[in-house]
Amino acid sequence: MSTKESTTRTLMVALAVSLVSSVFVAGAAVSLKPVQIENRQLDKQRSILSIAGLGGDGMSGREVKDLFASRIKARVVDLETGEYTDAHDPAVFDPLKAARDPKLSDALAGEEDIALIKRRERFTTVYMVEKDGKLESLILPIRGYGLWSTLHGFMAVKGDLNTVVGMGFYQHAETPGLGGEVDNPNWKGLWPGKQLFDEQGKPVIRIVKGGVDPASPEAKHQVDALAGATLTSNGVDRLIQFWLGEQGFGPYLATLRSKGV
Amino acid sequence: MAKPTVKEVLFNPVFANNPIGLQILGICSALAVTSNLQTALVMSLALTLVTGFSNLFISMIRNQIPSSIRMIVQMVIIASLVIVVDQILKAYAYGLSKQLSVFVGLIITNCIVMGRAEAFAMQNPPVLSFWDGIGNGLGYSVVLLTLGVIRELFGAGKLFGVEIIALAKDGGWYVPNGLLLLPPSAFFLIGLLIWALRTWRTEQLEKPAFRMAPQVVEKEAY
Repeated sequence: MSTKESTTRTLMVALAVSLVSSVFVAGAAVSLKPVQIENRQLDKQRSILSIAGLGGDGMSGREVKDLFASRIKARVVDLETGEYTDAHDPAVFDPLKAARDPKLSDALAGEEDIALIKRRERFTTVYMVEKDGKLESLILPIRGYGLWSTLHGFMAVKGDLNTVVGMGFYQHAETPGLGGEVDNPNWKGLWPGKQLFDEQGKPVIRIVKGGVDPASPEAKHQVDALAGATLTSNGVDRLIQFWLGEQGFGPYLATLRSKGV
Repeated sequence: MAKPTVKEVLFNPVFANNPIGLQILGICSALAVTSNLQTALVMSLALTLVTGFSNLFISMIRNQIPSSIRMIVQMVIIASLVIVVDQILKAYAYGLSKQLSVFVGLIITNCIVMGRAEAFAMQNPPVLSFWDGIGNGLGYSVVLLTLGVIRELFGAGKLFGVEIIALAKDGGWYVPNGLLLLPPSAFFLIGLLIWALRTWRTEQLEKPAFRMAPQVVEKEAY
């Protein structure tokens, strides 16, 4: 047996290769981390701007950041009481991380958990567009399970807290061409102008199969489902029910209404 | 065996010894990332660079690697390179890395990378091995880009996300073939490509591995 194949030699080579590789990988990961975090934030900001109808697509990173900073105000909301809280800084608070933290979230029972998210965070970040001190639109984070994946997105409503400004998802892994069509601008274009609630303040917005009859009085509460993507459509329908309901932003929206914004 | 030249190792894998077309390796990612041209291009670039550099580094230490752990040493080097590529994509091409999702990470298990390390880099000097890796990456890229063009053009009427054919649903004339956006279509297309390649270069035809024995009794059994 040559010296190359000896046990000591084998261990030495294994150790050396692992050491060099780990330094290399760690170096890359650490040095690129700030850029990556910035990218993720930028992606989210871009999607918020675009859903609020302020542009965002095709803008450079700097423009997105400037526009976001000048137009959008972020606040952390206590979902239980529906009041704003200053206990968390909206700039750094991460609702998704909170949803995994037992201290900051509640497990959902089976029949409550229509969006299939398992745990709901107690605090979340909402975004506002204000004009002359009045709320112009309110952007609420929404998420829930579709067919393959959790869809993460935003729902933007006008100052009347009822009329949709826009809806869209910035992260999902639905089937391209079928459920993935939730990203299709034509489908997202069906949402603006729809009414989320009835007179009693119950969330009545629905995704319906077979097309929306524009003559029907219900048309303003209905959006046509995606063709060939029943399960994704159902998922989107349910996650919107969830986040507009009592478990979601119900208490917060009630507080806003009572304050008369 | 005559010593291969740089030109040979660089261009042979493109048609004469294509990793997908002849060796039938790397099919999984070829199905997954070719539904549009942009992801196909980035994936091609990533795989070409990883194959090139993994060959280079493995060849540099090939005389030091004990044969009992050579596979795992190759794996460590390939995995490190892939992680770095993934990190770079996440930092500088965030949108694309979102679309490619797990498939960049899966380059680690791509048979082409491992195959070239084992079959070429372990026996050849570094520079030649590097070009061999790049060459095989090119062979992979040619197939990926062909699939990407066909699938995006006829599945979505676009190339690089720019509309080429006006779609019927937007008031044009073309009704896209939705099947082309789904992974199975890549299977059909790769099959057709291999057929075309072997019709052109008949030396790539494989001899039948098994021949049915002639019938003993001429009459059918009833």
